[in-house]
This record gives sequence, C-alpha cells and structure tokens, in this order.
Amino acid sequence: MLRQALRQFSRLQWTSFPSRVSLAAGSQVSPLAPRTLSFSTSRRRDIMEMTGFTDEQLTVHEAIKQICSNFPNTYWQERDQQEKDPKEFHAALARDGWLGIALPEELGGAGLGISEATMMMQTITQSGAGMAGAQAIHANVYATQPLAKFGTKEQLETTIPNIINGTWRTCFGVTEPNTGLETLKLKTVATRTENGYSISGQKIWITCAQVASKMILLARTTPLEEVKQSSEGLSLFCIDLERNQPGLDMRKIKKMGGRAVDANEVFFDDYKIPAETLIGEESQGFKIILHGMNAERCLLAGEALGLGYAALEKAAQYARERIVFGRPIGQNQGVAHPLADAYMKLEAAKLATYHAARLYDSNDGSVPFHAVGVACNSAKYVAAEAAFTACERAVLAHGGMGYAMEYDVERYLRECFVPRIAPVSREMILNYVSEKVLELPRSY
Amino acid sequence: MASGLRILVPVKRVIDYAVKPRINKAQTGVETAGVKHSLNPFDELSIEEAVRLRERKGPLKVENILALSAGGPKTPDVLRTAMAMGADRAFHIDVGDSADGGPEPLTVAKMLKAVVEKENINLVLLGKQAIDGDQGQTGQMLAGLLGWPQATQASKVDVKDEAGTVEITHEVDGGVETLRAKLPLVITTDLRLNEPRYASLPNIMKAKKKPLEKKTLADLGVEDTRRLKTLKVTEPPARTGGGKVEDVDGLVSKLKELGAL
Repeated sequence: MLRQALRQFSRLQWTSFPSRVSLAAGSQVSPLAPRTLSFSTSRRRDIMEMTGFTDEQLTVHEAIKQICSNFPNTYWQERDQQEKDPKEFHAALARDGWLGIALPEELGGAGLGISEATMMMQTITQSGAGMAGAQAIHANVYATQPLAKFGTKEQLETTIPNIINGTWRTCFGVTEPNTGLETLKLKTVATRTENGYSISGQKIWITCAQVASKMILLARTTPLEEVKQSSEGLSLFCIDLERNQPGLDMRKIKKMGGRAVDANEVFFDDYKIPAETLIGEESQGFKIILHGMNAERCLLAGEALGLGYAALEKAAQYARERIVFGRPIGQNQGVAHPLADAYMKLEAAKLATYHAARLYDSNDGSVPFHAVGVACNSAKYVAAEAAFTACERAVLAHGGMGYAMEYDVERYLRECFVPRIAPVSREMILNYVSEKVLELPRSY
Repeated sequence: MASGLRILVPVKRVIDYAVKPRINKAQTGVETAGVKHSLNPFDELSIEEAVRLRERKGPLKVENILALSAGGPKTPDVLRTAMAMGADRAFHIDVGDSADGGPEPLTVAKMLKAVVEKENINLVLLGKQAIDGDQGQTGQMLAGLLGWPQATQASKVDVKDEAGTVEITHEVDGGVETLRAKLPLVITTDLRLNEPRYASLPNIMKAKKKPLEKKTLADLGVEDTRRLKTLKVTEPPARTGGGKVEDVDGLVSKLKELGAL
C-alpha cells in the first residue's frame, strides 16, 4: 500500500516541473488514445543490456534518466510540432552541471571523458527526448572541447563557466553550402583588420544559432591558393553572435525531424570580430577541430543508439498490448523477429560505440590515430544504421498507429536520419575504411 | 548549549519504489537479485532536510552531516548518493547481504546509539520507515535508548535559537501538531517535509572524494541478535474478476446478497 501511495505521490511531485511550462497538447485526451491511463508507474527494466558499463557511466545514466523523466513524450511532441526550443530542458541540465561533463574540473566541469558524455547523450535520446533533446545541448558539450584545449586563460575563464551554467549557449559553425565534407576547401573568410577580423561568407546547418549567443567558427585566414600545407589556412574563433551588429543574418531551415531545435543558414557580410576571439594559433584551425571530430562521432553514435532503443521499447510494448485475432500481435513471429533482429543490431552497435569511446579516452599515443578514427567512424555508422532499422520497424510494428504523432515512433524515425547523415555521410565512412583499413585506392 | 548541529542521517538501500516487488521462490522474503535498488525515499527526505538546515543558515550552524547505512557490498552506492546530495562523510556498517531484511530495528537502533555517542551527534534525522520492511520503529527505539526527545513524521523542522530549540510540525490524523523540543533530538521525516533535489554533476564528482569509512557491528559493540523469525512470505491473493449488474435494483440485491446492506 505504502509503495503504491509513494509511486503516485512521487509521480505528482516529480512531474511538477514540466506542468509549469505548460503542456497544453499533452493534457488533452486524444481520440486515438487506445487505453485509459494506468496508475501503476512500475517501470520495465531497460531493454538495453547494462552489464559491462563502468560505475561512472551507470551513475550518469541514472542521473540523466531522472532529469529526463521530468520531460515526458508529450513535452517533446509539443516542442516538435510547434518548433519551439526546449529551453527548459537545456536549463535543467545546465542547472545541475551536466553541460560540463567533459570539460576540465578547474573550469567548473566534471572532467569526465567521452565514454561518459556518450552515455549522457544516449540516455537523453533514449528518454524520449530524441535527437531534439540531444541537439539542444550537443554543441555545448562538444564544440567547447577545442576551446577548452586550445583557448587562452582569459578565453576560458570568461566563456566556459557561462556555457556550463547555461547563461550562454553555443553553436558550431563549420559546414558551408558548397563545402560540406570538403572542410579544407571552406570559403568563409576572416580578413585581418586593424583590431581584429572581418568575417564574410555563409554557413549552413548551424544548429541552435537562433538561441545561441556564441559560435565556434571555422574560417579561412589564408586564401586557398596561398596555402602551403593543405591542412593549414583555416582558423578557429569563439565569436559573439550579435544580432544587432551589421553583417550578421540567419535564416531557419524547415526540416524533416528534430523540429524543436532550429537549424540555420548563417550569413556573414563584413561582420567584425575582435582579435582575441581567435582560438589557438592562426592557420591551425583545422588541426584543432580534427581532434574533436572523433569525439563527435562517438556522441552521435550514442544519440543514435538511444533513439533506436527508445523506438524498439515502444514497439515491443505495443506488440505486447495490441490484440488482433484474439492474441497480442507480438506473438506472431512476423512481428517479433524483425524486432528481435533490430535489438541484436543495437546491442552490437552499442559495443562498437563504447569501445570507440574507450579508445578515444585512453588515447595516450599507444593506439594509432587512424585506429581511433576507424573505431569512431565505424561506431557512428553501425549505430546510425541500427537506429534506422529499429525506428523503421517500430513504425511498422505499430501499423497505422505508427503514423500517428501520439505514438512517438514516427518522430523517432524522422529524427534517425540525422545520425545517418551527420556529421559525416555513410559513404565517406565507407571510403575512409576502404582506404585506411583495406588499403584500396582512393576514389575521389 | 549547542554550538552547532552535528547531524546523523541513517539511510537504507531498498528496492526502488517504482519496482513491483515479487516474492522469492522459497517464500522467505522478497526477490532482490537483479532488481533495481535505490535510496529509501524517506531517507532522501531526511538528507535533503539536513542539507537545507545547512543552507538556511539558521541560528545554529551545521557542523557536519554524517550519512550511515548498514548493508551488503552495494551499500556504498546509496551512501555516495547521500554525499552527492550534501552529506559530508559516510559510514558503511558492513552486515553482509541477507535475504531476511537485515538487522532488526532494535539492533539498528543500538548501532545508531553507539555512533551517536562516538561521534558526538546532537541531531538524528531518520526516514520514518524504510519501504522494504515498513517497520517504522528505528527512530522511536533510538530516542528511547538515548533518552532523547523525539518528533516523528515531521513535515516541517525549524531551528529557533542558538540554545537549540527546535519546532517540528508533525502530522496527525485530521491535522498537524507543533512540537517544541531542545537538542539533542531525534526526528523522523514524512513525505511532505521537502522535495529532495537531484544531485548535480559537480556534487556527484565531489562525493567520490568524500570520506567513506567501513565498519562492522562489532566495532560498535553491537551483536546482530534476532528476536523475530519470518515463517513465510506470500503474495496477496490475486484479484478475481468483477461482475456487472443491469440496474440499481440489481445492485441493491447484489449488495444484500453479499451482506453489505
């Protein structure tokens, strides 16, 4: 009795936060609702096998799950539909210090590694927040890495604590319309002026630019023709996004999934920035971000995994509960086997992902750089594909209901294309493995 | 004259409140293997209250918050949680894992008494009960053994002055009762006392470095004597399906038939 009372009490207590941020869409009873709300909150255990994780990873998993439980699926449905930034979610993670998970302790971070940050990102997508939840904080966790590593003392002390505590949000400005994968060819220029630089050019797919006050920007400081070494000529900056200042414009891109979080085209036209925004040495920008690219592969892999497990969990639940011809549809092997197959793919991708993260974290020079690269790229590839399989089959297992927003799996399916496409395409990963591992001639 | 608050918060690792417990095959207790465990919810409230007493900066400064738990090898998990929430240090009393719910309340109370005396504690904040055994006796027994005043089921704790006067709002049937007592004191917590916080990441990291001492009952001069024997634990009978009646008359005659009218 007491246990039950507690369950109900706790539910009221711990879900009070999002109700304060208005859940109009969630509070309406949908005509599609298949069953009355049950009072039991007894959770099934995670379908993901949890053995083998470190204590740190398990702690992160539990703590993030608790925070995410304040943001139910209805919150994310509403944000997705209304294309409204999940700022309460960002604030909740910032309040408890989670944005600093992989930043150094002396700057107010937790000093943990990519293995733990990956677990955090996975737990976020897995909670039902999906890629929207992950993307709302992704750049703050990841794009701050090169800054923390190469920034001056002053840059660090002014910027990092404010990003960790959520005062400032940041975005990552690398991709350009005509230089997606060819980062070394990028065209946005930073020209030296009297007391700083002037930026001109265009960036695209800049997540969270609308809500960010900072951008980690990669721009060309040496014209391509004059570059001596192909990896030089680009510089990294941590700039303010001053919307009132001339020369800055941004346009939201309408997109397939993750609609809560804005993605943008950003235009610079003689946008002035001070000299002290330069991170590290001029011309070394590419090398600086190269270091972080493998980390980002791991985070994306984790995000994909979480999405896949979330979809699969929904599918399994539906297959247990949906009765057709007098028995649960999940009793039919035609429904069960594709889900079981998707599960094994996710589990295998999980092992690849946390293996890659471990290699990245323990990289003391004993593992060759390209081995870490192969592991991280492979992990991103298999995790994204496993997530796609799980999301697609989850929609199909739901039949017509899979097409309804209320069941969440259509949202997951739309979102799972992000880790398939970004930050590097499947084809480029295949090229990389062909060349680096199989020693096949390069095709491009 | 109390110079500051030295708080002891005993906690317990129990099956998570959201898990539906199952009886083990031997019918000797609840199945604990492979089941999610967490900090007893009432103990979360007592830690939270101890931390809030510190944050409130009342007339008496909190000198130290000691979390303590008796249990098997996994017990440090909940102690780390307690320290992440704000306890300064922890004692793990290693009593091994047992299928019978661990030491009885009187044993626990004796153990706590020994710690109170050794550590010069002047306030013990306990959950009113653990949600596994639901015995709800430890706090009262401890107050009895120590000869201290006690306030059970607290929904508000207010330190009034430097002399250590404490006012406690205590929930009773149909209302609340306000009690006043002087330190040293035993308080047990009720659900409405506060809303426990989530441990922040920096605090989780700091908790790893806080001191956690392992001790045994023998170190505290207490023996794990058992006065009770559990004969059998069984599930409540499964609910049988209900029936439908056509109309009000049908309902009335059914109620009469069942002897309810």
